[in-house]
Amino acid sequence: MLEIFVCIKAVPDPKDADKIKIDPVKKTLTRGDVPLVLNPLDKNALEAALQIKEKVGARITILSMGPPAAAKIVKECLALGGDQGFLLSDRAFGGADALATAYTLAKGIEKIGPFDVVLCGMASSDGATEWVGPQIATFLDVPVVTLVEEIVDDEGPAWKVKASLEDGYRLVQVKLPAVLTVTRDLNVPRTLAFSGIIKARKKEITQWGCSDLGVTEESVGLKGSPTIVSELSVIDSKRDVEMIAGTREEKAEQLVQKLAEAGVV
Amino acid sequence: MTDNHGPVWVIAEQEEGQVHTVSSQLTGQARKLADELNTRVEAILLGNGTAEMPRQLFAAGADKVYLGNAPELDRYQSELFTEIIVRLAETHQPEIVLLGSTPLGRELAPLVAARLKTGLTAHCIDLVLDENRILQQKIPAYGGMLTIICPEKRPQMATVAKGVFPMPELKESREGEIVPVALPAEIPDRLQTLEIVREEPKGVPLESASIVVAGGAGAGGPDGWSEISDLASTLGAALGATRPAVDEGWTELETMVGQSGKMVGPECYIGIGLSGELQHMVGIVGAKIMAAVNNDPKSPVFEQVDFGIVDDCREFVPVLIEKLKGNR
Repeated sequence: MLEIFVCIKAVPDPKDADKIKIDPVKKTLTRGDVPLVLNPLDKNALEAALQIKEKVGARITILSMGPPAAAKIVKECLALGGDQGFLLSDRAFGGADALATAYTLAKGIEKIGPFDVVLCGMASSDGATEWVGPQIATFLDVPVVTLVEEIVDDEGPAWKVKASLEDGYRLVQVKLPAVLTVTRDLNVPRTLAFSGIIKARKKEITQWGCSDLGVTEESVGLKGSPTIVSELSVIDSKRDVEMIAGTREEKAEQLVQKLAEAGVV
Repeated sequence: MTDNHGPVWVIAEQEEGQVHTVSSQLTGQARKLADELNTRVEAILLGNGTAEMPRQLFAAGADKVYLGNAPELDRYQSELFTEIIVRLAETHQPEIVLLGSTPLGRELAPLVAARLKTGLTAHCIDLVLDENRILQQKIPAYGGMLTIICPEKRPQMATVAKGVFPMPELKESREGEIVPVALPAEIPDRLQTLEIVREEPKGVPLESASIVVAGGAGAGGPDGWSEISDLASTLGAALGATRPAVDEGWTELETMVGQSGKMVGPECYIGIGLSGELQHMVGIVGAKIMAAVNNDPKSPVFEQVDFGIVDDCREFVPVLIEKLKGNR
């Protein structure tokens, strides 16, 4: 049976992300009350794992690094069909950049056990770096294919996948074990079913910190991160706006006129 | 501070005999940084049939090109390319390494950075040196700008999208040194790119469009999105999107405009049902006329456009399409 790991992230709901703002005076982030949700692209990674499980059988391990509140999102992945859940949570993990995050997740994977495939969303909606998947692969010393838009052949010791390019794709053959990061073109993620929620109640989430992983505090979180945020600033991209008022018809008409005056239509 | 800095590197990409536009743009920016650091600009170019291509990088500002020219390098192979770049970096100790935010650059950059145990900043929209000669890597976030630095580890690495930096003035007579790159004795074989397939782009290409209609989360669903798409076709415009619209699955990743998507330079930009997040807005460079439709009169988008309309875009867009058709 295949051992599939899905690395997921609990992110502030992207729909409310504009509530998180830089305080122009204090130069700190004001977070508002934005709820945590499953990173949208991680849904595609989990869906890919579920489809493989249904086809050939697999055990799906959900792995995340985050605050204790992220346990709820790991649970959601178990309700969607994951078999076991692990949350790497420790104050020392806070402030991690992509490299420190990938290191911590790779340590988690090593401790949980052997794997055939690690699936990640291609990017997180909040960090949007795309680095964690490939860097997990580096720490685990396995190959990676990023931006996977189709799994063409998932049988045997080497898989064939299509990875997206600016104008087309590349067809890649990759030997397992491997890391794949996926785009949303890969599949349509299923939604949560009530039966899944009931089943997930019995599924355990293991929570590990630094000492469980056997890592030093210096190698993780902010201390283990080569990059730091040195400055937050507000930038000025202001234009003098002319608001167009009136009925819907009038507004449309005036906008067309403005576009015509500018020579656009 | 001593002025003994390692070179500024550009990991260049090429296709069918041409250096990728973003690689030339990065070479131009690397030239500026290297002049300030009093060091050299060096590019790495890997491929097959590349013998004539270093000229293009010299013209853009490179002093030296590490040139891979072998059948094994014909198609991008992530493990082999990573191995070559890591070995060169360990030998030559660059101060800064820049890559394009292309699909390949976005895969290669984190692999090289992790091997070198150094930092990497994604999709920068500016790169400047501070008073300590440390690279300030600017990225938009949370309605403002973050400055990321990598204070201790070297090299300092960043990816940058096409169009962030202008094309440098090309000096065809400029000369440089070509250093051939040998392949490693053992070619990694866990992964192989079997084929690269190019597809015709659909619709009007964003980068060269004179009008861009961009939609966001306010579209509300696939139906609202198809109205925005119809508006784009009616105007002969390219269709763009914010990340939330892409994440919702209404449109393809290729349509994303902004920091982690495409940079566009249209005459006219119309934003529909989006809030003016900086990550998106930085992707629109030098538009002469900008308009936005949003149902929230307080939306920050209205501070960044010339004409604003407060309305539910799902109701407004069909009316606008009718008016445009009537105007013909």
